[in-house]
Amino acid sequence: MSAATTVTPVAFEAVPSKRRRWLRRYGLASAGAVIILSWIMVAVLAPVLTWHAPDLVDVTQRLRPPSPSHWLGTDALGRDVFARLLYGSRISLSTGIIVVVLAAAFGTLVGGVAAYARGKIEELIMRITDLVLCFPPIILALAIAAALGIGAVNTIIAMLVVWWPKFARLARSLIIVQRSQEYVEAAVVVGLSPGRILIRHILPNSIGPLIVLVTLDVGNAIITFAGLSFLGLGVVPPTPEWGSMVSEGRELIEQWWVAAFPGLAILTIVVGFNFLGDGIRDWLDPKSRRR
Amino acid sequence: MQETTQVNQPAANSIAKPILEVSDLRTQFFTDAGVVRAVDGVSFTVAAGETLGIVGESGSGKTVAALSLIRLLEDPARIVSGEIRFLGRDVVNMSQEELREIRGDGIAMVFQDPMTSLNPVLKIARQLAEAMLVHGRLDEQQALERSITLLGRMGITAPERAIESYPHQFSGGMRQRVMLAMGFANEPSLLIADEPTTALDVTIQAQILDLIAELNRDFNTAIVLISHDLGVIASVCARVVVMYAGEVVEEGPTEAILSNPRHPYTWALINAVPRIDRHVPGQRRLVTIEGTPPDPIAHPPGCRFAARCPFRIDKCTEHPELLELAPGAKARCWVTQSGNPLPSTRAPVPAQAKAGMDHGAGTKLERGERMLQLRGVVKHFPLPKRGFFGKREMVHAVDGVDLDVAQGETVGLVGESGCGKSTLARVVARIHQPTAGEVVFHGQDIANAAQSRIRPLRRRMQMVFQDPYASLNPRMTVADILGEPLRLHKITSSEVETQKHIGELLDVVGLSPKAAVRYPHEFSGGQRQRISIARALSVRPDFIIADEPISALDVNIQAQIINLLIDLQERFGLTYLFIAHDLAVVRHISDRVVVLYLGRVAEVAPADKLFAEPLHPYTRYLISAVPIPDAAMEKMRKRLPLQGEPPSALDPPSGCRFRTRCPIAKSICAEVVPPMIEHRPGHFSACHFPGQF
Repeated sequence: MSAATTVTPVAFEAVPSKRRRWLRRYGLASAGAVIILSWIMVAVLAPVLTWHAPDLVDVTQRLRPPSPSHWLGTDALGRDVFARLLYGSRISLSTGIIVVVLAAAFGTLVGGVAAYARGKIEELIMRITDLVLCFPPIILALAIAAALGIGAVNTIIAMLVVWWPKFARLARSLIIVQRSQEYVEAAVVVGLSPGRILIRHILPNSIGPLIVLVTLDVGNAIITFAGLSFLGLGVVPPTPEWGSMVSEGRELIEQWWVAAFPGLAILTIVVGFNFLGDGIRDWLDPKSRRR
Repeated sequence: MQETTQVNQPAANSIAKPILEVSDLRTQFFTDAGVVRAVDGVSFTVAAGETLGIVGESGSGKTVAALSLIRLLEDPARIVSGEIRFLGRDVVNMSQEELREIRGDGIAMVFQDPMTSLNPVLKIARQLAEAMLVHGRLDEQQALERSITLLGRMGITAPERAIESYPHQFSGGMRQRVMLAMGFANEPSLLIADEPTTALDVTIQAQILDLIAELNRDFNTAIVLISHDLGVIASVCARVVVMYAGEVVEEGPTEAILSNPRHPYTWALINAVPRIDRHVPGQRRLVTIEGTPPDPIAHPPGCRFAARCPFRIDKCTEHPELLELAPGAKARCWVTQSGNPLPSTRAPVPAQAKAGMDHGAGTKLERGERMLQLRGVVKHFPLPKRGFFGKREMVHAVDGVDLDVAQGETVGLVGESGCGKSTLARVVARIHQPTAGEVVFHGQDIANAAQSRIRPLRRRMQMVFQDPYASLNPRMTVADILGEPLRLHKITSSEVETQKHIGELLDVVGLSPKAAVRYPHEFSGGQRQRISIARALSVRPDFIIADEPISALDVNIQAQIINLLIDLQERFGLTYLFIAHDLAVVRHISDRVVVLYLGRVAEVAPADKLFAEPLHPYTRYLISAVPIPDAAMEKMRKRLPLQGEPPSALDPPSGCRFRTRCPIAKSICAEVVPPMIEHRPGHFSACHFPGQF
């Protein structure tokens, strides 16, 4: 132990503190989580947070700038932008999450069948996914939504049609990787049936990257839904929705608040989901986890 | 003899001018859990042209020490103190620029994994020439010419064509040659090779080790060879440093250390390895040391090996210094420093007889009765077609194998990688369906049976896999992993019984019952392999296929697992099909050995017969390629270097498959497939000229 006293000090960089390393690793992810949680709170507590009704038309109060009575101003019909923003979060959040979760569930099922069946069935399924993936998603969704008619449910269906293939592709490749792992072979030797192996062994080990894609994709889905609403599909007026709010304000250059605040809302929630998704990806990746 | 004289000279000169001096090096990892003291006060020197081996188990700090030498450390690792001098220059405080100059030019490094250390998208020529161009002594044309010369020197045939290839077109051994060529491109004065042959087959390993020794002689480049395998070290290095828990525990000339180790850890390392040249019939258990290395975050204050040391004395609670015991030989041990020798070997512990479980299920076979019979087993894997009109190519993984396994015996299956041994195991376990042939297990042909029909037989046949990290589902607790087969086969009738059974299984494989609630990642490699064995035992099988169960483990853990397998065999009358590429281990554990070459059986014989009098030239080569951890033996032994690599299994050679590498091949070998002939009782060989090589 005498060796410790003879150590010659050499100039080295300071070692970052524990707290700074935690921040570097989980800082953005927690910021994302905080943003998303706040928006969820807002969606739930909308009636408490504002005394205005979101669809109350008051032509005497049209296009008022932000003021103590209307925090974020009013739109062309005199409706309170702040109230519409709060209530609008309900539609944006729920459509985004519904679309991605349903698409992920369906896509994983299809991808799992393809990975497990191999051969002709796999070929057929994967060519169908390719077929859907060839179209620009928003155009295809637009066409389908237009054919089905305006309405939140129809728009969700249209988005589902274009949304599932990426999950199918990812799930298939993940399952193929797990299939050749030794613990799956061990399960075969023990005598488990293919179905049980898929549910008990393969799926729990493939779910990580799927969760990452789901999280990253909710932001994407919210943007797409807002985009469709902006183009006049999506929700039926006067339901408040961020995309249609931006759309209503697009010609009102002087009255910037009508479009700017819903735009900002979309921005924050998408950034929030991206941060969280990145964080989960890093956390699941054993290489970056060790750092 | 030449080597010894060469060693003595630099040893004498080294006082004057070593090229690398490391003193009191400390490298630490700053992790969330605390400061990991990976390298904790290591000192050694390397003289010009010297060969130094660094040996130790995984986690001993040998690789981190090597990376510290050229400062290839990444966050959160840092050199916190100590001195590294290369040709008199201080490496620790060097600027990045100076470092780049030294890396490659003065010190070259070859890593373990030849698959990932070459850039897959660049041609070999580019990568080799780049190594020379960055140091600015050659122009492009010269560099290219030199690349070709170097590759030729490294034993690559047709180097002009080879440099136009991409890394994926090369095998592991060839890539390691390219790495060596890159290392030697600038004629460095020091080459650091970190486990350069661990990922390679024995025959290829022998080639690479010979090459390294030759390069050391011809270029007078000093070599630092890092390995966990004392045999590898003994075949190249003149001096050895043994590392344990971040410290050097022993240092000295290879011969002296191997014949007379002065540290109990070195002693344990030497005795844990089964020796191919020194097999004692009847002595089946190997010497092992219990326990695990200390936690590198909180090293014990005394001797770090004391907790596991069989020769521990009272004084071991104090930390020993590394003292010179004989000229050039140092050890960090109170026992040997006080003059006591370590015994040559320890008497192995006999098996502890515990009450066994009832493993006889129904039709019990007597010892020696035939349990498994393979006839003409063929397994071909189709490759994806090349283009729409391309011919579908077939990998001939297993190509007509006959094999019998009798109740109670251990059959060893050996061969180079790609010879089909793992495929054969998976055909027997019916993970794969054979393309043709019969697999008769307990009188039932399971070659083409549906999985539902095989299920009852699964209770009698189980498998232990190679990779202890991949063979356990990371999301299941140990209790779930062991309970699943119990519930599936309704071996236990109630949940209470299942839990009781899981406890018994853990006890049988030497794990604490507390292990049941933990997940696989909380265990070390050896412990995971024990869990894997417990899972195989859970259904009370009488036949276990072990597919390289110890090749991913440290030598001491290998010995523990081998002992466990032998114990279990004696307790439960198990039959093993034991697959390995390590011939010493196969010889140690097996009753009979089957040598496989490119999908066909080359030779079958009782283990002792096979190693004493091999009949097939391939078997002779395999045996001679195994390094022996005994410098004197290494010198006396005539090495038979098997040239070249196994041919592709896509288009195997006609006639005898080995003829392309066989030194005694005649024209008949290309025309007629040699039949399997019984030359002596139980000794079969498929060669036209058996025993003539």
